Amino acid sequence: MSGKFDVAIVGGGVVGCAIARELSRYQLKVAVLERAADVARGTSGKNSGVVHTGINVPADSVKGKYNVAGAQFFEQYCADLDVPFDRCGKVIVALGESELPDLEALKAKGEAIGVQQLEIIDRDTLKKMEPNIEGAGALNVPTAAIACPYTLNIALAESAAAGGVEFMLNTPVLDISGEQDSFEIKTPNGTVSASLIVNSAGLFADKVARMVGVTRWRIWPCRGEYLILDRSKGDMINSMVYPVPPKGGAGLGIHITPTTDGNIILGPSADYTNDGDDVRTTAKVRRQLLAEATEFLPVISPRDVITAYSGMRPKLVPSSVGGFGDFVVAEVPEAPGVMQLVGIESPGLTAAPAIAEEVSKWVRERLPVKKNPDFKKTWSSVRRTREEELGVIDELVAEDPGYGEIMCRCEMITRREIIDSINNELNATSVNAIKYRSRATMGRCQGGFCGPRIVDLLIKHGGAPESLTLNGGGSWMFMGSTEDLRAERKAERARAK
Amino acid sequence: MVDPKLVDVAVIGGGPAGLAAAAEAKGAGADRVVMIERDERVGGILPQQIHDGFGTKVFKEALTGPEYSAIYEARVNERGVETWLKTTVTGLSRDRVLTVRSDRGVQTIKAGAVILAMGCRERTRGAIGTAGTRPAGVYTAGAVQYYMNVSNLAVGRKVVILGSGDIGLIMARRMTLEGAEVVCVAEILPQPSGIAGNIVRCLEDFNIPLYLSTTVVEIHGKERVTGVTLAEVGPRMGEKKGTRRFIECDTLLLSVGLIPETELANDLGLLMSPATNGAIVDESFHTSAPGIFSCGNVLQVHDVVDYATLEAEKTGIAAAKWAMTGKLPDSKINITAGAGLRYVLPATISGEDAIDFTTRPWEEEHDKSIVFKSGGEVLRRLKMPHMEPAGMIRVRVGKGRFRHVANNEITVEVED
Repeated sequence: MSGKFDVAIVGGGVVGCAIARELSRYQLKVAVLERAADVARGTSGKNSGVVHTGINVPADSVKGKYNVAGAQFFEQYCADLDVPFDRCGKVIVALGESELPDLEALKAKGEAIGVQQLEIIDRDTLKKMEPNIEGAGALNVPTAAIACPYTLNIALAESAAAGGVEFMLNTPVLDISGEQDSFEIKTPNGTVSASLIVNSAGLFADKVARMVGVTRWRIWPCRGEYLILDRSKGDMINSMVYPVPPKGGAGLGIHITPTTDGNIILGPSADYTNDGDDVRTTAKVRRQLLAEATEFLPVISPRDVITAYSGMRPKLVPSSVGGFGDFVVAEVPEAPGVMQLVGIESPGLTAAPAIAEEVSKWVRERLPVKKNPDFKKTWSSVRRTREEELGVIDELVAEDPGYGEIMCRCEMITRREIIDSINNELNATSVNAIKYRSRATMGRCQGGFCGPRIVDLLIKHGGAPESLTLNGGGSWMFMGSTEDLRAERKAERARAK
Repeated sequence: MVDPKLVDVAVIGGGPAGLAAAAEAKGAGADRVVMIERDERVGGILPQQIHDGFGTKVFKEALTGPEYSAIYEARVNERGVETWLKTTVTGLSRDRVLTVRSDRGVQTIKAGAVILAMGCRERTRGAIGTAGTRPAGVYTAGAVQYYMNVSNLAVGRKVVILGSGDIGLIMARRMTLEGAEVVCVAEILPQPSGIAGNIVRCLEDFNIPLYLSTTVVEIHGKERVTGVTLAEVGPRMGEKKGTRRFIECDTLLLSVGLIPETELANDLGLLMSPATNGAIVDESFHTSAPGIFSCGNVLQVHDVVDYATLEAEKTGIAAAKWAMTGKLPDSKINITAGAGLRYVLPATISGEDAIDFTTRPWEEEHDKSIVFKSGGEVLRRLKMPHMEPAGMIRVRVGKGRFRHVANNEITVEVED
């Protein structure tokens, strides 16, 4: 796998992959080094999926600049990449009268950064818009939107790969030596040489920065737990429902967010941890999320919860300081030739397209480029069929009967969609790679029925059972065949004798 | 899409209930019976249940799951039921038009009667809210049964089982026989969820400990499960302080209950029972929507397949009768579950026929009676030496007993 690249991007989150796609417009040798078995496995795959307007960020900040710029072309961006997007709007709800002045302050802040159509609405108007929501009034933010964050991240990566970018999965960066034009990046799979480096390592961006001699940052991982509700309960709300942001809090408060797949998610909590990989869920936060969300949406029942998961914010400020730090989008004097993208927490998803344009400009100022004829202007990772008209489904089935056979009944995912996911552009082979591309196993039965059938298909498509993993690394699904296990026991007993 | 296919009876689901209902609908004279199954084979989970013990009530012998399933598969084929495999019902309307999707495309079926026999899904880790990491190695019991018995895959070496449902107990034995070490079974309730026979045959015979009033409070391991934390729970399911202990394992198998797959029924707005999570039915297994019937595990979770079969056979006959004549006995007598019982089915009866009632107690009881009462008068009293929530109770009440029903109301309850 060793080779000489123009640009090495460390980290396959949404920022790294947006940059990879942007650079695939040009004839450049680009590599993305990702430690996990697939892209979108860190912060980028597990967040609220909100396309922020910019209302919560200071107008004069770095994050404000990229947030506002990214939000402007996000819808077209998703359309080009066949990523679900919905401008469902947002209401920031004052639970009691005492919070009403906070709404005015938020409105002024939003208007200062240029957010359009902001409007304070009273209790009755809120009730008309959101009959199930309790509140004394709200700030209506109709331009806020949602997108499917992992589908976007995957589509960015796959379109870049199809345009010639090399993706090195299961490839953690161990160390970096050399300097601009001749960086040597050490990985367990060999050394990668590159002229320029992009540090988009998210939760580990401080460590990557240190490898090139930059010690000024420290990432403070801050876990956010979510609960996801059954799709049959998706119509309880029409828009995103946010509380007034807690002052000095690490997040925007527990909100109730629709997903582009018709679920509702509750969360995220905000708990600092020492380990960016510590994405556990806890009983305490589960109770907290249900209790806080129920204040706004009393009709929620614990029985509606299909599962819980956690994401992790790469914060630049410790809990003792609180609140938010600004994004770092800069090449710093200690390390010429390295673009540092550090502390990209919320609104990183919204900002990613604009950050990518900025980084592309930075690369082109340093390397001569020509247009890449293989650039994929549009991309579709997996042809989804769930929302299709029946007539269209008939046409698809005529093309391939696999479009008619529903394997994941909860999410209505067909055999063909699962096979397309297996044959993905990145050659990602884990079980979760199939899940995040097809959505199969994400529904109420959590793969109880289709999980084993997907495994059958994976094995049929060449995956040896003992090499199948949930998430790469040591996340093995099986220890082999039942015969293997019996033989192992027999040998054990023989040794004992 | 072409014009809807016209049938007399459409059966949704080809598991044990669907097979029996379809066979009997056809046997009762319905001309065109179609059975729709999403999997590539019929039988539901029977084909993966390679242990024996099926059929002791219906056939008076212990068969394996595949053997039991094969009998009914042959029966539907002999009788001329049309079976559509790898076909999913995506829509069902109150006027009994089904939209189905398969490798033939989208089709519609207009049915005289529809039988809902979709069975159950397993409750998952997410549904019960087990905290901790999300590593590989957390499986539901039914999925493991498929992996081991159909795909011949070994899911792990050292296993903790949460929940003492019957599939979990069967899998404790199965995994032990296949060379895995089952460390223990933890059950949050103070009594087992599976039937007593399985506790003996699957746990005690293999020296597998069963910890009651105990649950998994945390899952450990970043990539693969490395262990679980167990804790005891008090009478109100709260964790008892100071009872946490770590158990090393590489697999957590969940057998924590079944949820009826009622999504199609919910969309129809059928009257549903909060106790069973299934539809409310009369003595003909007729739901609140005319011409729509329900039986098997989607109606009520059965402990033994034989009873699901018997229930489905009656449903098939009733659905055929409805499809051909539009008539069924007028169920005007309400049945109410009283003290000590979670529910009683059917919810209404005509009083013109003997009825096999099914019910489950809230708690384990000894030397009590189940009593059918109407207007202060006892219609039937049945001595129950032993009752447990894990075991479904069946009580036959002859039609003569219904002569003295007052105000069309019968209450069923547990008495000393």
